[in-house]
Amino acid sequence: MNTANPLPQACATARVIEALAHTHLYDCYQCGKCTAGCPMAAQMDIAPNRLIRLLQLGRGREALDAQSIWQCVSCQTCATRCPKSVNCAGIMDALRQLSMEEGRVSPAQRRVMLFQKAFLDNIRRNGRLHELELIVQFKLAGFMHDRRFSLLFKDATLAPKLNKRKKLHLRGKKVRDRAVLRRIFARSMDHS
Amino acid sequence: MNIGYYPGCALHGSSDDYEESLRACLRALDVQLQEIDEWICCGATAAHALNQKLSTALPARNLALAERGGFGEMLAPCPMCSMQLIKAQKALAGNEGLRREMSGIVELEVRGTTRVLNLIQVFEQVGLDRLKAALKSPLKSLSAACYYGCLLTRPPDVVEFDDCEQPRSMEAFLTALGAKTVDWSYRTECCGGGMTLASEETVLDLSHKILSNAAAHGANCLVVACPMCHVNLDMKQPDIERRYGVRHGLVIYYLSDVVGMALGLPESALGINRHFVGKA
Ligand code: SF4
Ligand code: SF4
Repeated sequence: MNTANPLPQACATARVIEALAHTHLYDCYQCGKCTAGCPMAAQMDIAPNRLIRLLQLGRGREALDAQSIWQCVSCQTCATRCPKSVNCAGIMDALRQLSMEEGRVSPAQRRVMLFQKAFLDNIRRNGRLHELELIVQFKLAGFMHDRRFSLLFKDATLAPKLNKRKKLHLRGKKVRDRAVLRRIFARSMDHS
Repeated sequence: MNIGYYPGCALHGSSDDYEESLRACLRALDVQLQEIDEWICCGATAAHALNQKLSTALPARNLALAERGGFGEMLAPCPMCSMQLIKAQKALAGNEGLRREMSGIVELEVRGTTRVLNLIQVFEQVGLDRLKAALKSPLKSLSAACYYGCLLTRPPDVVEFDDCEQPRSMEAFLTALGAKTVDWSYRTECCGGGMTLASEETVLDLSHKILSNAAAHGANCLVVACPMCHVNLDMKQPDIERRYGVRHGLVIYYLSDVVGMALGLPESALGINRHFVGKA
């Protein structure tokens, strides 16, 4: 396995992505199998194999700006089928992390990022996910972002349906030691 | 049998019908579940999408708690949780530096010694023979499409469970319990997972394809072992029908629902009456 970097200067982003995803993206020989099995490929602006090619060519910025990294549903099909064992799903994760950290998330995809952030914030505070709180938090964050009232009240009819099935829990069970969560988050986010 | 139990957030939230079902079913089979004290969320997609270190730390804390409780094995009925936990467990078991780093981050010593099981594996431990011996009402009316989704079998080198392209483990139980199973093409395709809120259209589209393919192959129900699959295929089914102008009318069972039914448990004891789509 030769993973020597052919373009050491231009490919800084590729190196960071490789380290975050624990994979060798220069092993990719562009067979396209990842994209062929990807359930979201038809809707993507830049398909998974092309994202990897951009990284290989030192055009990481274009990959970080792509909508497709937020359209990915993390189904692991690409990584499972890659004949070269490139962890393509892990590369998508790493691209999301970097795209967010560098403030490059495509405006059309900010809702997805806001959801993931609201989810993590919820766990940090409660230890376990509190669904109702997450819905409210995400709706508000989404509204601040795009000011669309229609989305703010979209699922309002769901609550009574959940309640009828005893699936609506107003008070989630929190863990007793929640301070430790804040410390775990702080240490993990520190220098990742 | 006595094993550790990591419910995960979904089973203590709106998917608590899954917990009701598997608890009733496993109780009938004499499997005692002991909930891990103070378990926390595994981080799910959000952690691995936004911060790689956190996506190891959150499972690591749970593994440490399981080890402290003395559990050699632990059931995690949500495939998202089990995949995240297994991934962390394997990484920790094979890397002393990581063990030290993570023990510091999560404030508990973690060694990565607890084996994490999905629900199918717990049934496998009970064994087909015992299930057949306990069979009370064969599932004659079911033509089931067993749906595995993404994470029960993927990534294969992490979960090391069944065949990642053509899994058959659920079919083995269904046929032993008297049901028919259908051959179909979408058994490992993704339903959109946890994107239900963040990107509803994605979920409706992917789940619609799954339901359509199951129906086209003659299924009258789907059997799943994942809370997110159940939300997308059951709770969202009326929305899918409205959006695409079709009528699927497919009941979505958890694996523990159908095993429980075969053992003679009433549907209400399994929480089946709390699903969105009922029998036609
Ligand atoms: S399947 Fe693997 S080798 Fe083929 S294009 Fe995708 S990442 Fe590259
Ligand atoms: S993990 Fe993402 S990129 Fe890979 S196949 Fe699934 S949706 Fe496509």
